[in-house]
Parts: sequence; C-alpha cells; structure tokens
Amino acid sequence: MALALGTGAILLVVLLWELVRPTFKRAVARGREIWSLRRGASTLSGYDPGRERRAEQRARALLRSCVDERDWAMYRDLGFLRVWGERGRGKRASYAYLIYPHKPIVAYVPQTGALLNEYCVAFPDLSRPYGSSRLPDSDDVLAKWMALTADERRLIADANMHLPGRQVDPGRVRRDLLRLARWERERSVPDPRGTDRAGADPRASSGADTDVRGPDRADTLHA
Amino acid sequence: MKLLRMKPGHGEIMLAEGDVRVPEQERELIEAFRRELDAGMWAAVPTGSPGGRREAELVKSFAEVPREAERVIFFPRAAGGAPGATL
Repeated sequence: MALALGTGAILLVVLLWELVRPTFKRAVARGREIWSLRRGASTLSGYDPGRERRAEQRARALLRSCVDERDWAMYRDLGFLRVWGERGRGKRASYAYLIYPHKPIVAYVPQTGALLNEYCVAFPDLSRPYGSSRLPDSDDVLAKWMALTADERRLIADANMHLPGRQVDPGRVRRDLLRLARWERERSVPDPRGTDRAGADPRASSGADTDVRGPDRADTLHA
Repeated sequence: MKLLRMKPGHGEIMLAEGDVRVPEQERELIEAFRRELDAGMWAAVPTGSPGGRREAELVKSFAEVPREAERVIFFPRAAGGAPGATL
C-alpha cells in the first residue's frame, strides 16, 4: 500500500514538473533578460542612487558651511533660498530672488509678492564624471547663491530671462512666499535687509498685473 | 587654504591644500587653480562681511584670492537654460 502511494506521489511530482517546466524555463530566461537589461542601463547611465544620496549629503554640508545660519535654516525647512537684490543689500531691498535646486531663479518684489521674472541658468559639468553633468541639488543652489551674491549682473546676463510661469508654477511660488512669511513670523526675527513684510503676502498682487519691471538685465540692473 | 571643486555624483572634492605662506605649497595651489580655470570653471571665495553677512566673491586669478581665505570653491560656469519641467 505504502509502496503504491509512494510511487504515485513520485509520478505525480514528475508529471507536474513536466507541466510546469516550460513555464518555469521561460520565467527564468525572462528574469535573466530583465536583470541583464537593468544592469546594462545602469552601466550606461552611471546612475547610482546611493552615490547620489551621499553626494547630496556632502553638498548640503558644503552649503551649510557657506551661507548664514538663517539662510541654511530656510533651505532646510522650506527647500529654497532667498537672496536679496543687489540694490537692497545693506538697506531695504526692492526685489529679491528665490533659488530652487535645478529650477530657474525667480525674481519677485518682497513688498507685494509680485513675481517679476524667471532666470533660467544651469551649471553643467561637461566632463560628466559619472555620466551626468548635473550637480547635486544643494551644490546647484550653492552655485547660484555664490554667483548671485558675488556678481548678480553677470549671472543675470548669462541667464535666459522669461516671464513668470514659463517653468516654475506661479501658484507654487506664491505658496512658497506664504510659507516663507509664516516661517519668518514663527522665527520672530525679521531679516533686516527685508521690509516689514519680509516674506510678503503674494495675494496682494500678481505678476501679471504689476508694472514693476524688476531686475531686468536690459534696464534696471544696468541702469 | 583648500581648493574644492563641485562634482556631479560626488559632491565637492579637494583638489589641493596648502599654506600660501609656504612658496612650494603656494605654487601647487596656483597650478591647481589655473588648471580649473583652464577647464572652464568659475572660482568663488566664500566671505563674511564685518556685519556678519556671508556672501561670495568670484575670482579670476589666484592673485585675487584673499590671503586669509580658507577655501576656494570651483564650479561649472553658468549657462543659460534649465530643464523644461514645471515645478
């Protein structure tokens, strides 16, 4: 009896294996193919999430060591930096910039929140050391910050200027200005370079209906 | 003084380090500085104003670097244009 059952079980297993084998072989072959493709793509692009994460950590440390503690806190908490316009340094600022990683620099009027322009600028490393010319996010922000604070006119002259909304959603910027205003209220330490409404209430005005020309490379900045 | 360079996929790397008061080390710093400028990089020196305000200064030659500067940061020169995606 036991012998018969054992033989039957073995036969059943063999039959099942014969049925499953073609599917199993196809699945293994497909898996190998996908793995090979992924490996090839990874080699070609050179993208390594772990490496990129470590690069960003280094970049954040470098950014933190270069900017004010207040600016670092702003970037850490809000994800962008504000830089006052050239003419506003040391006195009340008439315009300011928002620096986002790998996005155009946005110029706006702090008093009203009106958006002025977008300045598209990038810092591509053409040597592409790991297959990409793109700096880590925080390095991109630091590069913009250094270029703006060191030579605003030159950076603006090198950038492509567009009206607000070309690449950066104006609604997003206005929300960010509200977040900035709230953030500054919570810190209760107004930036002396700003105004009484340092972050400004962007609902007060929009870029579309303002007649403020802002830091245009062709007139205001070089006037 | 340290010469640092921003690098995609890595963060900053140290190109050279030395004391500008030591002629041999200063020479090495100058050579590394020139190499980066020849490669098309911009050089910036993070600074702090008397009021405590931090800024940066772009320099075009090693002679323009303040002697007391601790770091010079090289980064790719600016080019107009940016990715087309909406934020």
